Amino acid sequence: MNVSADPDSRNEGLNEKTLRVQGVREQRMLLSLALPALLAIVAIIVIPVGWLFYLSFVDGNGQFSLANYQKMIEYKSYARVFLTTFQVSILTTVICILFGYPLAYFLAMLPQRLAGIFMLAVLLPFWTSLLVRTYAWLVLLQRNGILNDFAISAGIWETPVKLVHNMTGTLIGMAHIMLPFLVLPLYGSMKKIERDMMHAAANLGASPVQSFWRVYFPLSLSGMVAGSLIVFVLCLGFYVTPAVLGGGRVVMVATQITAILENQYDWGAASALGVVLLVATLLVLFAATRLLKLDAALFGKH
Amino acid sequence: MKWLKKPASDTQLTHGDRLWLYIVAAIIMLLLVIPTFIVLPMSFSDSQYLEFPPEVWSTRWYAVYFESSKWMRATVTSFQVGILTMLLATPLGTMAAYALFVSGHRAARAIFAFLITPMIVPVILIAIGAFYAYGRVGLNNTITGIVLAHTVLASPLVMIVITSALRNYDLNQERVARSLGATRLKAFFVITLPQIKFSIVTAALLSFLTSFDEVIIAIFVSGGLNATLTKHMFAALRDFIDPTIAAISTIMILVSTTLLLAAQFIGGKGK
Repeated sequence: MNVSADPDSRNEGLNEKTLRVQGVREQRMLLSLALPALLAIVAIIVIPVGWLFYLSFVDGNGQFSLANYQKMIEYKSYARVFLTTFQVSILTTVICILFGYPLAYFLAMLPQRLAGIFMLAVLLPFWTSLLVRTYAWLVLLQRNGILNDFAISAGIWETPVKLVHNMTGTLIGMAHIMLPFLVLPLYGSMKKIERDMMHAAANLGASPVQSFWRVYFPLSLSGMVAGSLIVFVLCLGFYVTPAVLGGGRVVMVATQITAILENQYDWGAASALGVVLLVATLLVLFAATRLLKLDAALFGKH
Repeated sequence: MKWLKKPASDTQLTHGDRLWLYIVAAIIMLLLVIPTFIVLPMSFSDSQYLEFPPEVWSTRWYAVYFESSKWMRATVTSFQVGILTMLLATPLGTMAAYALFVSGHRAARAIFAFLITPMIVPVILIAIGAFYAYGRVGLNNTITGIVLAHTVLASPLVMIVITSALRNYDLNQERVARSLGATRLKAFFVITLPQIKFSIVTAALLSFLTSFDEVIIAIFVSGGLNATLTKHMFAALRDFIDPTIAAISTIMILVSTTLLLAAQFIGGKGK
């Protein structure tokens, strides 16, 4: 087709061009509204974290060096820190799934109004300072705290059991703080499961138990994986609760980073640990987005 | 107990069959709620030690708190930082969310993903990064420094709240306004803003809380006369358990519960 031979269509082409130019200009104007947020992130996160990244790769004389990373492989103390971090993160995630699934299921089965009320049991702790909640556990789990008093008077155990300043206390506190992060996305994905599926399963002769395990559970998996990932990734870099409830016995990566800065003021070593933490977090998230459409489960379709 | 016999779900179950689920869920909810609120009664104890239930009730620990210039100063700082963070993060996040939602630009998705990175990067890394960088430009122990860091932490939350509000809103209304001669700016302020205002208020409250409850960045970059409440509390927790902390915890719970209920109420109104 010879477009240029026809004067009318040439005119249209011109209009189209102006419109397109205007459209592009407007789009740019619009996008510039995101600029302040963008700049803030660059200034507060990208540049400082990039700086730390650089620090982790140089020695005292400003020469490129892998010494900070070599230390992690050579020193046994680092291996223990990584092991503890993974242990705590995995155990916390498992505990959260065990407690979170029944709760999310319960909430998803309720009529909307009731669910809104019971949801407060998840939302109120979620928005209460984690420092306050950590403190509460410290008080509850103490040697002469409420839990020990109760267990002894009920005859469950005879002498006070050490529940805090160790792994047990850390896990209890972490699970309590992380539970909402699992329940909220899981609840969201459960609400999206169409009731008709369950009708169909029942109609085809499945018992309630069968239709749960063969229809409902597989459909709720994406929400469960999304929630577990959030919990796991947050646990990896967690600081406050292990520091307080672990009582120095549960040393995770974040605790180690602050210890290095406080005791040795060694920015290179601290930064290297931070870089490892970031890379581990990104790897987990990347693997997950590959496996399933995590962002869709988290933020809805955008 | 008639309701136990009533059908509970679409698959022939009665409430009676589901009783175990209700009991399990109730226990889990109690486990979530009780430790959150247990410090409330304990803060009114007269004893040196934390007791539950208190034998003698008193408000002595509140008196200690209100008479301590250190705690008062930290409380004022926390509120200051929270309010300033709210005032910065809310417009920042709203502008970005609106821009990315409306533009439909190819890069919008990628920019959105970049803007929510503060939720993905471990906070400890943000904290030591800011501490190091602030050290170079003299922002450590200043209100400005902590507000900037908290703003970056809170703005992704604002973006998510506003984006979900925009998703439930018919943008054609803005187009109609513009075809009738309104500029984009006017169309936004006159047509869109009033319809998403509840979400904006919710986002603002949540960003205040994000800052008010934040610990790790506060530990690193706040200090001296500008130390926040959470920084002092963390230091106190590592050393000894003082009932004053229970009183302060109660006040913090009061703040977050009030704001959350307000956000829930306002959010519900928006729908």
